[in-house]
Amino acid sequence: MTDTQATLADLLIAACAEVWRDDPEWLATGITPIPRLGASLAKLSFNPRLMITDAENMFLEEPAPIGPRDASPTAEGWAPYARTFDNLWGGRRHALVAPVQIDRFGQTNISVIGDHAAPKAALLGARGFPGNSISHPNSFFVPQHSRRSLVAGEVDYVCSAGYNPARWPDGRPPHRLELRRIVTNLCVMDFGGPDHAIRLVSLHPGVGVEEVRDNSGFDVVVEGDVPATPVPDAAALAIIRRLDPHGIRASLLKGNPPAVRAT
Amino acid sequence: MFDKRMTVDAIVDQLCDGMTIAIGGWATRRKPMALVRAIARSNLKDLTVIAYGGPDVGILAACGKLRLLVFAFVSMDQIPIEPHFRAARQAGLEVWEMDEGMLHWGLRAAAMGLPFLPTRVGIGTAIADDPRFKTVTSPYGDGETLIAMPAIKPDVALLHVHRSDEKGNVLTLSPDPFFDELMARAAEQTFVTTEQVVSTAELDLPANARFHLVERALIAGVAEVPFGAHPTSAAPDYHLDLAHLRSYAAAEGEAWDAYRARYIGVDAPSYLAAVGGADAIRAIPAPNY
Repeated sequence: MTDTQATLADLLIAACAEVWRDDPEWLATGITPIPRLGASLAKLSFNPRLMITDAENMFLEEPAPIGPRDASPTAEGWAPYARTFDNLWGGRRHALVAPVQIDRFGQTNISVIGDHAAPKAALLGARGFPGNSISHPNSFFVPQHSRRSLVAGEVDYVCSAGYNPARWPDGRPPHRLELRRIVTNLCVMDFGGPDHAIRLVSLHPGVGVEEVRDNSGFDVVVEGDVPATPVPDAAALAIIRRLDPHGIRASLLKGNPPAVRAT
Repeated sequence: MFDKRMTVDAIVDQLCDGMTIAIGGWATRRKPMALVRAIARSNLKDLTVIAYGGPDVGILAACGKLRLLVFAFVSMDQIPIEPHFRAARQAGLEVWEMDEGMLHWGLRAAAMGLPFLPTRVGIGTAIADDPRFKTVTSPYGDGETLIAMPAIKPDVALLHVHRSDEKGNVLTLSPDPFFDELMARAAEQTFVTTEQVVSTAELDLPANARFHLVERALIAGVAEVPFGAHPTSAAPDYHLDLAHLRSYAAAEGEAWDAYRARYIGVDAPSYLAAVGGADAIRAIPAPNY
């Protein structure tokens, strides 16, 4: 049943939550608000095993709502950065991060636009992307699906490893390289095509295959009829509203479009 | 008398042109900002800075103090792009970029007196293209190719702590100790600013034993600077000043000159008055992450 109140932000939160559906008792890290809300929704709806932090240095028993809040959530463990590094090197984590660029190999960039030695735009730096990418599963969130974010060729500076054997020492894949899903404002994709090629999993309601192709800098594998990304049901929407009591998600996508496009 | 107390300016007098300096804390948390501002006011030049970077790196970059930045990121979290770092980087600041964990590992190698520690981190990325990184082949098992993460060895580490006695027994009371301990162990010398100098008894050991950062033999000097981490946080004593960080981030061109004159080119009491005084800083609410 479709809830006509659902926005695209709600749908993306639910699509992000799905990346953690079958994970074991791991740290679920969602960077930027929509992936973070997705991790919280996953924990509260179908995967209570997940470990979630307060985005600082504590594990939380219940995910914290985003934005101003009165109550302090109950901590259930200590998560300083040194321990987060140790945990991720051990592989017990699945991160959903928001790179600025991603290429057909799943390599991503958050460091610079342009040449690394003389950047057109300096961004954050590689942060923990290199270590994440070879230590545990990773998924990606791209809020603006375009040829500027899903780029032709390679990303400008490869911060996270992907399925590009030319960058693997001795041609052997890195130890725990495992890329799971890409959630964008148009569709959900995975790496299930030939040689880990990026493949369409579902199209958001009202989006066509051509729109995805036109806005991607590389070929996206399409197999048969592509299903629609599910619109979150009333129970999921209630949890999302509880996790975002101030409606911050309405400001995250331009125009706050509905989950089902008007035709 | 065995006493390591000194002033911030006396610490800066211990530094030399071309030195490699590790700065403790993380992004907007427990940065030794009073020391950073004192370096920015000084005549020091050509510094190599190692940091999990925030406004410390931005200020030193904007004031032309850096020859090389060794880093994994520079960010103020709620303000993701540090504009003064960005401007310097786009104007040609030389960097040695690596993963957050590689920086940890390089400091650990130096702290252990090793030339390198093996890691997989960086494999498969452009980080590994930097000729400063070499690889080694595992002598065990399947002969895996690993990066030989070189020791990252600072001449000096600069840290901000919550409490210290006059001998350099220091406590960091914040919920995350970050990598300050490794910076102190990796460096030739470590200088700290502290919120308060207290008696050894008032450190309340062993109750606070978990907050005792390193052996005092590693601490060369202690300067008492209340609110010395502002505008970054020194929780639980005080939280980050997001309003100040926003005005800092917005200060470009003439506004930067005004910011620099008002907040960097002044002594600690004038700085404290300019940012609203002690009570105003203590009243800043905890951020919601």
